[in-house]
Amino acid sequence: MDRFRGLAVLALIIVVLPLALRNSYHYDVAIRIGMNATMVVGLNLLIGYAGQISLGHAGFFGLGAYASAILTSRYGWPPIAAMISGMAAVGVIAFVVARPILRLRGHYLAMATLGLGIIIYMVLVNESGWTGGNDGMNVKAFSIFGFSLANERAWYWVTGAVLLVAIVLARNIVDSPVGRALRAVHGSETAAQVAGIDTARYKVRVFVVSAVFASAVGSMMAHYVGFITPQVSSFFHSIELVTMVVVGGMASTYGAVLGAAILTMLPQLLSRFEGYEMIVFGLILMLTVIFLPRGLVPTIAARLRKSD
Amino acid sequence: MALLEVEALSRSFGGVHAVQDLSFEIEQGKIHSIIGPNGAGKTTVFNLITGLYRPSSGRVVFDGVEVTGYVPHELARRGMSRTFQNLQICFNMSAVENVMVGAHLRLDQGMLGSMLRIPTVARRDAECRDEARELMRFVGLDRYVGAAADSMPYGALKRLEIARALAARPKLLLLDEPAAGLNPTETHEIDALIQRIGDSGVTVVLVEHDMKLVMGISARILVLDYGRKLAEGSAQEVRGNPEVIAAYLGGSVEAGST
Ligand SMILES: Nc1ncnc2c1ncn2[C@@H]1O[C@H](COP(=O)(O)OP(=O)(O)O)[C@@H](O)[C@H]1O
Ligand SMILES: [Mg+2]
Repeated sequence: MDRFRGLAVLALIIVVLPLALRNSYHYDVAIRIGMNATMVVGLNLLIGYAGQISLGHAGFFGLGAYASAILTSRYGWPPIAAMISGMAAVGVIAFVVARPILRLRGHYLAMATLGLGIIIYMVLVNESGWTGGNDGMNVKAFSIFGFSLANERAWYWVTGAVLLVAIVLARNIVDSPVGRALRAVHGSETAAQVAGIDTARYKVRVFVVSAVFASAVGSMMAHYVGFITPQVSSFFHSIELVTMVVVGGMASTYGAVLGAAILTMLPQLLSRFEGYEMIVFGLILMLTVIFLPRGLVPTIAARLRKSD
Repeated sequence: MALLEVEALSRSFGGVHAVQDLSFEIEQGKIHSIIGPNGAGKTTVFNLITGLYRPSSGRVVFDGVEVTGYVPHELARRGMSRTFQNLQICFNMSAVENVMVGAHLRLDQGMLGSMLRIPTVARRDAECRDEARELMRFVGLDRYVGAAADSMPYGALKRLEIARALAARPKLLLLDEPAAGLNPTETHEIDALIQRIGDSGVTVVLVEHDMKLVMGISARILVLDYGRKLAEGSAQEVRGNPEVIAAYLGGSVEAGST
């Protein structure tokens, strides 16, 4: 039952939260938290559990967003079909690039994923015939079986449900032979190999899974906001996502959710300091790495365990 | 029948000939030891056999198949398992989970099945956890069954590596200095443990400096010096070999045997 405790608490929060949401702006922040959290839960599998950094995951988010935008508006595809096709395509792209990239370690891996993100960003900017370039493009509202997600309330419940499903899937992976193999890759790659784990293959698999998570959330965000620019795949967005993982807690699924919540709300609270958000972001990242290297949730959990 | 055959194996690092033209055989079902001074190339031999290093030249035949140049996880699949002189523990996991990593090849490895937690995956994993706990008791880690790996002392981690290696149910188990850094009582327990592992039918190759342990337990002993074979034979034969005595600065082989 331990597995469901965190999930039950989060589900309760999602159900009760609307009592505190006064207006559509509040709903908007909650929805963005939910979407970012979903994405970061996936990214945490790669960074937190398998110990492989990616500074390019906003690229996969962008590909998902544009797949949905282009397929629905130009080809009239149903949004759900566009979203799933985007996830499949991103999965294939991630699979192809993963093997050469994930042979690298540390700084080199960081640089290679950074480069990957930048390439995707540049493609989205330059292929303006398809993407509208820097002017961006409109995205239709999400609809399925004739039912359209038109208002914030509807989006809120869908986002909450998707987040819960994402958490169940991620927790299932973590708590399985596959998840143990991923954590072993992080803990001791040598030990993992000698125990029979094809570490290269597992790195590829988790890279693909996290990229598909990113693509799915990219699609949702595109439909929800209704307008996208290549900025969705920018370097800064990748950094934001990594910061959420690090602040909330490496290798902690609920930490990822908390990190997403804090760093999604923060820019809203800091809107008076327009233009300085990025600096505050950087500062938080630095302070976390220096003072709470394991992130919020694992640190708090360790404190609680000690005081028992 | 020889379970492992090493033929003219060599490996150099820059100008250092860590292992040179080394040939030996490991017989099925026996406990063998490799001894030699620090830097003699013992760990390098293990790294070559288990695929962590590629040989500069030579061949390795395991269980009738030439496996020279195979990567570690392929060799694991064929039944090779080992521990490390400098511990390789996953400190991001519990002790039991470390042992379960060793059983990886016997578990369902499908991503989709794991993600959806299909009942067979979950059930098999729960069984594996029980087996891992059992193995921890077998190696004498009863009191650490519920522990996190990073809360365990050095001696216990050495045993944890043995439990992890056994979880793979190997044909061949390579132990790199399992008693290093242990006190006499602990060393005695490790001695008994290795004996029990050997009795269970696993072929063991032991690298160890504790001569009392080595001389008492080994069916055959291979002595290395500067990457070359200095001597090979039973404890009796090795102990009486003048070159071996010289390499050990006269006497410590004898002293250990008393
Ligand atoms: N990865 C490596 N790179 C460079 N030199 C190495 C490496 N591994 C071992 N050596 C060298 O090979 C020799 C044998 O080392 P090792 O096999 O660790 O000896 P032993 O285990 O018998 O103490 C030493 O001179 C050591 O410095
Ligand atoms: Mg050594």
